Amino acid sequence: MRDHYDVLVIGAGPAGLAAAQTAASHGARVGLLDAQPRPGGQVWRHDVQHPLPRDARNAVDDLHGVDWLARHSVVATESSSLRVETPQGSRLLSYGALVIATGARELLLPFPGWTLPGVTGAGGLQALAKQGWPVAGRRVVIAGSGPLLLAAADTLRKHGAQVVGIYEQANAGNVRSFAAQLRHWPARAWQAAGLRLRLAGIPYRFGSFVRKAHGDDCVQRVDIDTPHGVQTVACDLLAVGYGLVPNTELAALLGCALDHSDIHPRVQVDALLRTSVANVYAAGESCGIAGLAVARIEGALAGHRAAGHVDAARALLAPRDRERRFGALLARHFALDSRLHKLADDLTLVCRCEDVRMGELTGFTDARAAKLATRCGMGACQGRICGTALAELGRFPRSGSRPPIFPARLATLAGLSPLSSDDAQRGS
Amino acid sequence: MTVAAATFDLIVIGAGIVGAACADAASAEGMRVAMIEPGPIGGGATAAAMGHLVAMDDDPAELALARYSLRLWESFADLKEAEFSRCGTLWVARNDHELAAASQRIARLAAAGIDARPLDAAALYEREPALVPGLAGGMLVPREAVVYPPRVAQNLVQRAQSRGARLYARRAQALQRHGVRLDDDTLLSGPVLVATGCALPALLPALPMRARKGHLVITDRYPGFIRHQLLELGYADSAHGDADSSVAFNVQPRPTGQILIGSSREFSANDADVSPAMVQRMLERSFAFVPGLRNLQALRVWTGFRPTTPDGRPYLGAVPGALDQWVAAGHEGLGVTTALGSAKLMVDLIQGREPAIDPAPYAPSRMAA
Repeated sequence: MRDHYDVLVIGAGPAGLAAAQTAASHGARVGLLDAQPRPGGQVWRHDVQHPLPRDARNAVDDLHGVDWLARHSVVATESSSLRVETPQGSRLLSYGALVIATGARELLLPFPGWTLPGVTGAGGLQALAKQGWPVAGRRVVIAGSGPLLLAAADTLRKHGAQVVGIYEQANAGNVRSFAAQLRHWPARAWQAAGLRLRLAGIPYRFGSFVRKAHGDDCVQRVDIDTPHGVQTVACDLLAVGYGLVPNTELAALLGCALDHSDIHPRVQVDALLRTSVANVYAAGESCGIAGLAVARIEGALAGHRAAGHVDAARALLAPRDRERRFGALLARHFALDSRLHKLADDLTLVCRCEDVRMGELTGFTDARAAKLATRCGMGACQGRICGTALAELGRFPRSGSRPPIFPARLATLAGLSPLSSDDAQRGS
Repeated sequence: MTVAAATFDLIVIGAGIVGAACADAASAEGMRVAMIEPGPIGGGATAAAMGHLVAMDDDPAELALARYSLRLWESFADLKEAEFSRCGTLWVARNDHELAAASQRIARLAAAGIDARPLDAAALYEREPALVPGLAGGMLVPREAVVYPPRVAQNLVQRAQSRGARLYARRAQALQRHGVRLDDDTLLSGPVLVATGCALPALLPALPMRARKGHLVITDRYPGFIRHQLLELGYADSAHGDADSSVAFNVQPRPTGQILIGSSREFSANDADVSPAMVQRMLERSFAFVPGLRNLQALRVWTGFRPTTPDGRPYLGAVPGALDQWVAAGHEGLGVTTALGSAKLMVDLIQGREPAIDPAPYAPSRMAA
């Protein structure tokens, strides 16, 4: 097995797929890796019941000339190569150029009851439903912020869930003004209209957010703060997501400069998507949240660039810039209400890996000091959830993460194969 | 603009485990104490220490200090924040030669009043079934324990604060006659104790100090996977040898059920980056003794720097040629074990009393030859 690629692409969502296909079209030897068993990323995640839309299907299926490296997760970085864990063992993949297309994750904010079984992220529950987790007939409250709530509602409804309401924290004026601006992006306006039609009959409330979830063994009802007072809604599932934040852990480990001008860092790139590290490019949500269209264009742009075709990359600048403006619009109209900062009380768990409550963080102004004293962010997710939430809540910025990017076998870190179960038995 | 300097009986610079212990011991005697620490409490070498309270017997002076300290650590056994876990130390012998050498160590430890016992192979595997087959036996030091150093440091600082000590979250810019100037030009007046570990040369350039890099790996939770702090009997060769880089089998069960894996030593690595090659060497060493480790999930790898003096002993005492300047730094890999004893010894010296153990081997003046 040859382990060198001219272009190695990390993440097989829309940006990574476009990057891999574009680079391969120039004749480059391309590897595309993802921790998931199938390409598509979050937005085009394989659905066990429903086929993907046609253009998504085309993008996901067209891996001609690309080495598709399924269930490969990047563990650590070495010089011009990545240490990767596979179900079979560990590999070292070297590259001429690297494209980071690690996408984004959901922003989750702590509130009383958010750790009850039955409470998930909005995108999280959408992904579970696509993977076949049964939601049919269950009453679902969807809350948080941004267009993702509608997409989640659409998927859940298709899988037979009873969506009892969608609660958007942005106020009605902001959402209306956002909708009006959509006319500048006709494809998106069309998509949004389709979604609204399919979701007709489901209450979509603005200026509303979940204050508290109640239940004994799992969530049974939620208190929702609305412009008209607190309303209690019965449900079996609660899906709450406050938008997306860029995944920058791999870029940081590679030494790429991050842009810290917003609360959540994003990978810093030049106009042609070059990071501060030679031969490393980044595309899509990891460079700032702007949606699917940007991811596809930037993926192609980075693919051209990484394969050495600068002019072809440059030709995509104008459409990319136009679509990037959509990201700014999104951020402006769905800015989070400061009342969300006050939802967690002293007893609310904030670090779910290490069971750290909000009250234990009183007095700390630095993530590392808090971590050393309370273990907050010391667990398996290395503060991806709590560190990001605490940054959003204005407590302190998330501290840098350490290798491995995700938990990995010790054998992988040592560059070895795992022990066969026979050997393991003898050793224990 | 000149501001009247605040005056203290002792100004401790650095709030790692050693500085924190000194501030605690001084404030316990009613001294008015200032602490200076710009970073998190216990955020330097203390945060990269394994927290193993261990007596090393290869240097009599180091053993005397460790023994003195280990007794003081007993008062932390019930402190929740210390995460004190008396798992005992199990030194592993690969062959009969190492096992035979262990009996000399047992005798030396016994002479210092520390209980240590030989284990034959059967007893070794009864205690630690995860060890690789074919080992000769080992040496068990049952009363030794592990703690969580950053929270101990924080607890010591809080204890000092509760007695009136003041914490300045600033950097010490320069030592001055009878005091120190901070990076915001605040002047503090009084005797100064420098406990800044690897950063010692910034304030006391005449005392040589090298940073010896180490790597640590921590796993997910596997309660009961191993039960004792495990070390190879050849550990001292790595710890006290002068090789530019070395690794040793040094694996610890945390009270959380996590496994903490050390240890590596490098002299000429100055950046804090994780070195894949060193991690690989260190892990291979641990797999050679506990093969089942291979399949455990690692959560995090990080590095730290041990403050290392030319002869491996800490500087504890008066700064040569200076008035009212003291130093407690350079504990290398034994800073957690010996912090409490070092602090008592320092306060005795500063107060003009005779310390409980002979301070001569640690006198900083040994470097002013």
